[in-house]
Amino acid sequence: MNPTWIIAKKELQSFFDSLIAYIILGLFLGFSGFFTWLYGSDIFLVGQASLRVFFGIAYWTLFFFIPAITMKQLAEEKRSGTIELLLTKAVSNRQVVLGKFLACLLLIAIALAFTLIYYVSIAMIGKIDHGATICGYLGLLLLSMAYIGIGIFASSITNNQIVAFLLALFIGLFFHIIFDVLAGSFTGFLGELFSTLSISTHFDALARGVIDSKNVIFFLSITALSLLLAELNIAKRG
Amino acid sequence: MDIKIEKLSKWYGSQQAVAEISFEVRTGEILGFLGPNGAGKTTTMKMITNYIGIDQGDILIGGKSVKEHADELKKHIGYLPENNPLYLDMAVMDYLEFCASLQGVPKQSIQARVKEMVVLCGLDAEKHKNIGELSKGYKQRVGLAQAMIHDPKILILDEPTTGLDPNQIVEIRNLIRRLGEEKTVILSTHILPEVEATCDRILIIDNGKIVADGTSKTLRKQAQGNEVIQVTIEEADIETIFKELSDLYTIASVDIKNRETNQFLVESIADMSSRKTIFQLCVEKNWILTELTPLETKLEDVFREVTMN
Repeated sequence: MNPTWIIAKKELQSFFDSLIAYIILGLFLGFSGFFTWLYGSDIFLVGQASLRVFFGIAYWTLFFFIPAITMKQLAEEKRSGTIELLLTKAVSNRQVVLGKFLACLLLIAIALAFTLIYYVSIAMIGKIDHGATICGYLGLLLLSMAYIGIGIFASSITNNQIVAFLLALFIGLFFHIIFDVLAGSFTGFLGELFSTLSISTHFDALARGVIDSKNVIFFLSITALSLLLAELNIAKRG
Repeated sequence: MDIKIEKLSKWYGSQQAVAEISFEVRTGEILGFLGPNGAGKTTTMKMITNYIGIDQGDILIGGKSVKEHADELKKHIGYLPENNPLYLDMAVMDYLEFCASLQGVPKQSIQARVKEMVVLCGLDAEKHKNIGELSKGYKQRVGLAQAMIHDPKILILDEPTTGLDPNQIVEIRNLIRRLGEEKTVILSTHILPEVEATCDRILIIDNGKIVADGTSKTLRKQAQGNEVIQVTIEEADIETIFKELSDLYTIASVDIKNRETNQFLVESIADMSSRKTIFQLCVEKNWILTELTPLETKLEDVFREVTMN
């Protein structure tokens, strides 16, 4: 079996052995369900057979919860010394980083899978745009990949889980809203630049149901860059 | 698989941890690494296992350089790091299966290998417990089990018997000796009797340099110098005994060790033994010789001598 997959399996198992998976799933689904169906601008208020509301909620809940699942990935290994054990086995730095990334992504995918019931429910009561919905889920996955990447990078810098969590949030904040706000304050080249760097720009496009390669590439680039930096940090152990 | 260390050096910032050390370990050899704390033992081991990088020099395993072939060489090495880091939230069996598959043990053999290791390391009663629940001695055994599970040609063990009780220590030592017959083993320890009991060869490192290299016997002999005997002669006047002993031609010096019991420490001149001469002296003078014990230099003394500077 591929070492990346072996590591991914172990980490995923560890999420479910500890309470982390259940708490994250519970909170994520709880928030999503509450704000999508019961409160605020919920689906019934908006009155449209579309999951846009949910995608908007998930945009924020994923932003907050993903650092919580990535924070321990590398930081805890460094703190407890198990990183030495792991890296002296027949695995490469890259396989370790990718394995942990995969585990986090699978956990998020499981969480999103549970929300498919929303999709089914709406499809039964109204005419839902299937393409746009699938596109929205894709957007959430790509968003998750980017934030997991940032989270794992943050975890690779420190051996303190809390620092990893806060750093991930901090970095994510820029991509999440700060660049967007800055884009609004500037015109011309700077405005364009900030807009392109802002995750909200790209996510909104996908949530609307438009698949443009540049949006996909944006998310994949952030993911790839963060994981690469994380790998470099691990390699830099002396 | 042979290990060859060539002029290896490592700096931590401006501090040189390892200073151009060179040595070899052959297949079937168990090498004991001794040295004061901070001497460079663990650093050297971390370089062999490619956990940290080599600043200068090279390490060749089976003829291949760790600098270029690390990925390929790692699967031939079983490593027990200092402090035995473990995933405390995993069950023993799960952990061993994880390590086995990560080290490339074929899927169909994993179950069997894990069972073998559990039995070999005496973990049968604990195998379903989470590692965090085990006592230190059992955690140590798990660490050993994961180092051996893929049957590597090389074992690098950093303080393998720390935390074990005397019975367990004997078991593990026997195990290491058995494994050492076909594998290449480097183990580091502070427990000197352990080194003598388990290792074919000893390397003493101090301040990043090798200060002694040889078998236990040769090292002790080198440091021994002249024969020293502890002598107790009863029912005679201590000053008379002192003078007569000092006059013997084989004796270089006499020290009174215990005035109450007439115990002396007698050092012979180089390459001479005084046991016969002392005995004959006692016969001649009608003294009662109750103790004639040669004192051998202990490894502790060798260690102290080469590392205190």
